[in-house]
Amino acid sequence: MRELSYAEAIREALRQEMQRDERVFIIGEDVGVYGGAFGVTLGLVEEFGEERVIDTPISELGVVGAMTGAALVGMRPVGEIMFMDFITLASEQLVNQAAKIHFMFGGKEKVPFVLRTPAGSGTGAAAQHSQSLENWFVHIPGLKVVMPSTPYDAKGLLIASIRDDNPVVFVEHKLLYKVRGPVPEEPYTIPLGTADVKREGRDLTVIATSIMVQRALQAATLLAEEGIEAEVIDPRTLKPLDKETIIRSVIKTGRVLIVHEACKTGGFGGELAAVIVESEAFDYLDAPVIRLAGRDIPIPYNRTLEYHTVPQVEDIVEAARRLAQGRV
Amino acid sequence: MANVSRLSLGQKRELLRQMYLIRAFEEKAEELYAMGKVHGTMHLSIGMEASAVGAIAALRPDDFILSTHRGHGHCIAKGADLNQMMAEFMGKETGTCRGRGGSMHIADPEKGNLGANGVVAGGIPIAVGVGLALKMQRRDQVVMCFFGDGAANTGAFHESLNMAAIWSLPVVFVCENNQYAMSFPVQKAFRIARISDRAAAYGMPGVTVDGNDILAVYAAAKEAVDRARAGGGPTLIENVTYRWRGHSKSDAGRYRTREEVEEWKRKCPIQRFRQRLIEEGALSPEEADRIRDEAYAAVEAAVAFAEASPEPALESIEEGVYA
Ligand SMILES: Cc1ncc(C[n+]2csc(CCOP(=O)(O)OP(=O)(O)O)c2C)c(N)n1
Ligand SMILES: [Mg+2]
Repeated sequence: MRELSYAEAIREALRQEMQRDERVFIIGEDVGVYGGAFGVTLGLVEEFGEERVIDTPISELGVVGAMTGAALVGMRPVGEIMFMDFITLASEQLVNQAAKIHFMFGGKEKVPFVLRTPAGSGTGAAAQHSQSLENWFVHIPGLKVVMPSTPYDAKGLLIASIRDDNPVVFVEHKLLYKVRGPVPEEPYTIPLGTADVKREGRDLTVIATSIMVQRALQAATLLAEEGIEAEVIDPRTLKPLDKETIIRSVIKTGRVLIVHEACKTGGFGGELAAVIVESEAFDYLDAPVIRLAGRDIPIPYNRTLEYHTVPQVEDIVEAARRLAQGRV
Repeated sequence: MANVSRLSLGQKRELLRQMYLIRAFEEKAEELYAMGKVHGTMHLSIGMEASAVGAIAALRPDDFILSTHRGHGHCIAKGADLNQMMAEFMGKETGTCRGRGGSMHIADPEKGNLGANGVVAGGIPIAVGVGLALKMQRRDQVVMCFFGDGAANTGAFHESLNMAAIWSLPVVFVCENNQYAMSFPVQKAFRIARISDRAAAYGMPGVTVDGNDILAVYAAAKEAVDRARAGGGPTLIENVTYRWRGHSKSDAGRYRTREEVEEWKRKCPIQRFRQRLIEEGALSPEEADRIRDEAYAAVEAAVAFAEASPEPALESIEEGVYA
């Protein structure tokens, strides 16, 4: 199959949905000629014009508010927040308005939009440009939260998100933009709420999100050389969450390692662990559920400190080894 | 211009020296990045030096500033130790922020610099809080808040200017209009000709100045600072200038022409001031060259200091989150 980068896969999803549905438009800072801070929307303004690829002032609250209003009267906006850190500025409209309108209006209206935003560290951009804030939005009823880890998933999940009738927070990862992988040319959807078993294994279950899926897969290859077979599960959408796939895997392996980049305290790993121990999988656990996550610190500028703030391949290998060998 | 003529020859030379220092620091910053010695990104103010230096020259050392992502110039003009600043830029333990902040978050509280900012307009509300406290504490200091044209379209800008005005706070708002917020030109971002026109909406004085004329910048800043210090409340100053370099390290420059950039390069604020001082007979070309060469040498020394400095220890990684 043809290969695309993660960024190209997202761009293709945007282009195909804009061709298919004239209600879809793009809005955000520097999404036009600049192509977005990471070049994801490059070329789209040339193809669809400034009316459907709208550059905005630096007004995140205004942008998400405008998306909400436009969605209310029949459009399907796809917004971009340049760095996930700045979603803080938009959170009033996102959390209090967009997320709740369908419910508060007794189901009479809906707010179908997608808010794309790159998260994560690893670029040296430091504390205010590197956060992973997805779990804040998982906490808000009415929002869906999607986190693709591969080009294939990015395209299918984005198309599904655009066609979804709810506000979706679509969290991309800066370090994934250049990662390449097979992507079908035709439009396709991956239903929100379906996890993916990215690698099968019998010894332990590694549940990872976003960039950590890639790192977990690399770790699994190294572990296999030691005779440890890790099963790698990517929830793909944090909300809705495919609990079944996770529970099935845990029943099979009896050991769970959760890996995410966001700070450990209050991160999605706590939710995953709770889902597992509340389920029938509890009886099959042979060891405590282990979380490997970002340290509870802002992302430091210094390169070495930054590297050691979030889980790396070697950290996953080490944690998985201890877990598989019954050392925890 | 009355107060401009009050600048002594020594002060004028100092302004030239600071502008050269900023230029030298940022040219070096670019070079270090190209060599892979620093990571991340950076936002250079090359071409905008008069705005930082002229405005800050109107402050006392014990006054405060709030800076931006494009803040190297503000930091240097507020008296930063160049060694510590370069060490921060290179992520070293000896840096102003122990290598935790980096280019976009350099702060130097000892010098009254309450921080660059990674968030556009992030410093504007903070400046209002500083002004509020200075007033509550009956201190005679003032706070100067820098931000870009792009920042003037955030909610933070509007809320902050109104609060500073209604409480008559000692804040000087300095908008550095360099014609673009990333790729977005001011012609598209505003329906008004001058950003300083917005001052009227909050009930404060507003003035637009040629931001590449350091004496004009100084004069406007001095008037605003004097007013703020005397209890006359805030002012909005707009320094019209231009950034020569890309927005950051990932800018392909698709939104402007080479001719436009070249045209602004001919309005170099450093050359302009240097020429003026020479024509006034205040400085010989040789003296001006010496000031420039010393600036470049100081930056080289700062790099040597930073390169010889230790990295933060890995064991210290979790330090400093709470006071
Ligand atoms: C709230 C927020 N939105 C977006 C960004 C990304 N960003 C960084 S600088 C910048 C442009 C700022 O323009 P301006 O205020 O004119 O300052 P300049 O860069 O021109 O000095 C943008 C959009 C950010 N840092 N913070
Ligand atoms: Mg600007």
